Amino acid sequence: MLQLNCPFCGLRDEAEFSCGGEAHIARPLAGNQLNDKDFADYLFLRDNPKGVFLERWRHAAGCRRWFNVARHTVSHEIIETYAMGSLPKSKAARQAYQESWRRKTAAEAASKPAKKGKEGR
Amino acid sequence: MAGPVLDRGIGGLRDKAKRYSVFSLARQAASYHTGWQQAWRHAEPKSEYDAVIIGGGGHGLATAYYLASVHGMTNIAVIEKGWLGGGNTGRNTTIIRSNYLWDESASIYEHALKLWEGLAQDLNFNIMFSQRGVLTIAHSEHELKEMSRRVHAIRLNGIDSEILSPQEIKTFVPIMNTDQSIRYPVMGGFLQKRGGTARHDAVAWGYARAADDLGADIIQNCEVTALRRSGRRITGIETTKGVIKTSKVGCVVAGHSSVLAEMAGMHLPLASRPLQALVSEPIKPILDTVIMSNAVHMYISQSDKGEMVLGAGVDKYNSYAQRGSFPVPEHMLEAAVELFPVLSRLRMLRHWGGIVDTCPDASPIISKTDVDGLYFNCGWGTGGFKATPGSGHVFADLIANDRPNSIAEPYALKRFETGFLIDEHGAAGVAH
Repeated sequence: MLQLNCPFCGLRDEAEFSCGGEAHIARPLAGNQLNDKDFADYLFLRDNPKGVFLERWRHAAGCRRWFNVARHTVSHEIIETYAMGSLPKSKAARQAYQESWRRKTAAEAASKPAKKGKEGR
Repeated sequence: MAGPVLDRGIGGLRDKAKRYSVFSLARQAASYHTGWQQAWRHAEPKSEYDAVIIGGGGHGLATAYYLASVHGMTNIAVIEKGWLGGGNTGRNTTIIRSNYLWDESASIYEHALKLWEGLAQDLNFNIMFSQRGVLTIAHSEHELKEMSRRVHAIRLNGIDSEILSPQEIKTFVPIMNTDQSIRYPVMGGFLQKRGGTARHDAVAWGYARAADDLGADIIQNCEVTALRRSGRRITGIETTKGVIKTSKVGCVVAGHSSVLAEMAGMHLPLASRPLQALVSEPIKPILDTVIMSNAVHMYISQSDKGEMVLGAGVDKYNSYAQRGSFPVPEHMLEAAVELFPVLSRLRMLRHWGGIVDTCPDASPIISKTDVDGLYFNCGWGTGGFKATPGSGHVFADLIANDRPNSIAEPYALKRFETGFLIDEHGAAGVAH
């Protein structure tokens, strides 16, 4: 059984948690111009690495709050636990975040508000 | 339910001298069984093939067999990084059935079941296919109603299925506790009599032997390290045994599908999860059918050796480690002991995990890709074994003709863009 370090309650057994799958999937903003193929990247396609994986867990039988975990999918080693809305700090987990194909998707670009400036919108 | 004509291929073994029969058994007995030939050659890779199948599990070997026997493609190879059937083919609980809700599922799983019936003759190999029935039980009024809806849908597709009352279940499975006082009492169930089990290793070996007989090279201990492309076309693969040129590559690697897709710059809607199973010490025959329960979460049968074979749902997290966490088998055993109190003092013998590629709609992916000549057959999740012959049959057709037939068509990757999902969580969520 895994032991996870809930940022709010400390080290607990896996049985207290539920797993929410891949972390850092940003929802495209309303009014986006994505086609169905690009939207599928957000909706269905998933990072499924053999190696460091960034995922969401919830302390379902405890504080019931969500948090992020960086975990290795072969050794099951838990590299880091970090708060929702923040990015990982360890080198391996940061690298996994930056090198993920999702960073380059149109869906992720459409999840950020357009920069004000040149187009004047 | 319409589908292409079921072309079973050549059937039997081309090399008559190698054919297994009561006469060959008698002949070999006369020489004290020293004359048996190896079932398939230990091939080394050639520099070029017409098609290469990556993954030497049941589905991959079946694909190779049907490519050779139905489509006449004999200059082909199966590349396996470990040993044949050492992945999920040798790790599942061997349950076979075709009682799914949606027409698309009925069509592919029934296609498979029809191939199972007679597969031992087709392959000239005893796969120990036993149509002992698969009984799924309901533990609540709601579940029973949902089940009755499913039974009607299944029967409309021409597939056998019937509802049993708790009394009928007690007669059918005397060791089951159908007492209404237990926490989740048995309210009824539905039975597919044509369902059952088969010997999983024999399925891999039978397909390997028959494919080899038709000329396919089966290459074990050979890992694929890269896919070679020229523009949008696949041109070959790089392996630990060198480069192999080919214009058609079929990927049938279950839990590692995402890893292989990554080599082609593709991403799939898959999550690789551990699925655990276990067997007890062997005992005398007490259960002559397969029992599944979605609500209390377990399935059980008894192998011909006498071991009770048990499985349940997947672990909650992604993994490539072929092992899971303890709470899953613990939960499975709680359910088993409540339904079958006779098992409570039985000792467990072996316990293992396999890595299954789960899809968001619990249905498989059988598809062309954006790369010409690259095909994927994956996403079977927790229930791929039952589909082995059907999966291989339609995938071989896709590879040979570069277009899906009517059975495979709904399973294209495109469905994750169109939203035309085949949601089988009701039929596939746990019960395999």
